[in-house]
Amino acid sequence: MGRLLEIRNLCVSFDTARGPFRAVDGVDLSVDEREVLAIVGESGSGKSVGMLAVMGLLPATATVTADVMRFDGKDLLSLSVQDRRKIIGRDISMIFQEPIASLNPCFTVGFQLAEVLTAHMGMTGAQARARSVELLAQVGIPDPEARLSAYPHQMSGGQCQRVMIAMAIACTPRLLIADEPTTALDVTIQKQILDLILQLQQDHGMGLIMITHDMGVVAETADRVVVQYRGKKMEEADVLSLFENPQHPYTRALLSALPENAKGDRLPTVGEMMGASQ
Amino acid sequence: MTSASTPVIEGRALTRDYLTGGGFFGRAKSVRALKGISFRVEQGKTLAIVGESGCGKSTLARIITLIDPASGGELLLDGVPVDVGRGAPTREMRRKVQIVFQNPYGSLNPRQKVGDMLMEQLYLNTDHTAAERRGEARAMLEKVGLKPEHFNRYPHMFSGGQRQRLAIARALMVRPKLLVLDEPVSALDLSVQAQVLNLLADLQDEFGLTYVFISHDLSVVKYIADEVMVMFKGEVVEYGPRDQVFGAPAHDYTRTLFAATPRADVESIRARLARKRAA
Ligand SMILES: Nc1ncnc2c1ncn2[C@@H]1O[C@H](COP(=O)(O)OP(=O)(O)OP(=O)(O)O)[C@@H](O)[C@H]1O
Ligand SMILES: Nc1ncnc2c1ncn2[C@@H]1O[C@H](COP(=O)(O)OP(=O)(O)OP(=O)(O)O)[C@@H](O)[C@H]1O
Ligand SMILES: [Mg+2]
Ligand SMILES: [Mg+2]
Repeated sequence: MGRLLEIRNLCVSFDTARGPFRAVDGVDLSVDEREVLAIVGESGSGKSVGMLAVMGLLPATATVTADVMRFDGKDLLSLSVQDRRKIIGRDISMIFQEPIASLNPCFTVGFQLAEVLTAHMGMTGAQARARSVELLAQVGIPDPEARLSAYPHQMSGGQCQRVMIAMAIACTPRLLIADEPTTALDVTIQKQILDLILQLQQDHGMGLIMITHDMGVVAETADRVVVQYRGKKMEEADVLSLFENPQHPYTRALLSALPENAKGDRLPTVGEMMGASQ
Repeated sequence: MTSASTPVIEGRALTRDYLTGGGFFGRAKSVRALKGISFRVEQGKTLAIVGESGCGKSTLARIITLIDPASGGELLLDGVPVDVGRGAPTREMRRKVQIVFQNPYGSLNPRQKVGDMLMEQLYLNTDHTAAERRGEARAMLEKVGLKPEHFNRYPHMFSGGQRQRLAIARALMVRPKLLVLDEPVSALDLSVQAQVLNLLADLQDEFGLTYVFISHDLSVVKYIADEVMVMFKGEVVEYGPRDQVFGAPAHDYTRTLFAATPRADVESIRARLARKRAA
């Protein structure tokens, strides 16, 4: 199996009023074709920032360094802006964590989908329209034909998230980075979406990086899991070992913080449990 | 004071129609997103709303928080009918009812530092001094698991889950009587989620806050709700005490929902990996 993405010693720091803040601190990651890598970790631990660094989408206040950042054998750090653009959006695409913020409020859903399809897949307007309807139907949007003319604010939170997903899979990328892709979806539609993504993966050998805080989603999709905490990788394991025998105290705490494990009328927090386990 | 029998919020047969289309090709047509929703929540209680994506939960949330008018039916706040379609609600009503929007990104002003955002809530709604406002805002940041150095940052400098907590902090600043939370913990890892849910429970105990809590996460709902309302395509298909809904779900959709919950036990993972190898 080919290695799709390889990252070594990724660091990202932001300039802030109080000096540099290191959001990602020496992370190593890799993902192969046909593989599902899940990234879990505390809110604010650098999961999104790390992946946005791969996409080249961080603001100018961010400094990105890495010993290695290769996609399909090509060094992403030394590519020209044009060459990188050819890869991003076509070969690598991302489902962003906040869908409504990444859809353009001024254009209809149909326009935004068609734009991706004509720009990256060379489709004609009519082809793009037909394919857009198909994609919306695949992500479970009722009455997809009519929905093409809706603006993002006329869709529910979960519908926007699904439009975002449709856009990200429209070009059947070789690597899909999904950042909390199902947070706005009820479990029945979540299942439909995860099945769809896993099917694409099987059919096209797509690699998948799934950022999620939902341990159920991890259990149902991942091959391998990386656990991140305060910018650092704490643990990496195949999915079964992680659930059977978590090594790091944070991972153990994470698995036992499920609300169903509440004792009394308050939930255990990871801080308390880590304190207790050390 | 309100007597125990007057609900803080009550909806009677609420409906909501949206006009869509009306572009180049079609005539505008009206879509009914809520088809007669009735509910009541008593002081200090939590009503959880679950349902399929697109079934009308956020639409209902905006009606309850006096942002959008209902197309039909009646809404009563502390037993008093309110109709924002007829007249703007008073500032007092607005303060009483706060919302945490499903999409924190869109609800935070990108040009305002978060400390200022929190203090502004107090400036508008209380007569606290500047020093008090600063102290309270800092304390609130800490309660939702953020740090003093975050005080002077702009919203775009936060992670998704941090922004979600900012939205919660802002809504709690003015001690509302009724708080509507639309997927408030959907971006939070279990640890931070626990911290936020505990905070909500503390405030409910201490000040008798009333919550309407919209969530896709059934384990969270099971933990936090007194009553559960299940919606499907703009209608209420099931509504009752938590233990009844979880213990003996009556409607097909509720059962489908429970059955689709992902399983995180080792046996299920083994079975899935075996299927994948065979494919
Ligand atoms: N533009 C920025 N300036 C300064 N700090 C930033 C900026 N963007 C993000 N950060 C900080 O970087 C850290 C990592 O953020 P990131 O978005 O990667 O977190 P995350 O792991 O995705 O969390 P979540 O689960 O809440 O989405 C956070 O502490 C955040 O506050
Ligand atoms: N401004 C609008 N104009 C037209 N239709 C709308 C508008 N806002 C919402 N809708 C439609 O009304 C229905 C209910 O939307 P709502 O946002 O209330 O759903 P929801 O239950 O909150 O879903 P989710 O779980 O995905 O957030 C959806 O089909 C949506 O497309
Ligand atoms: Mg994130
Ligand atoms: Mg919603």
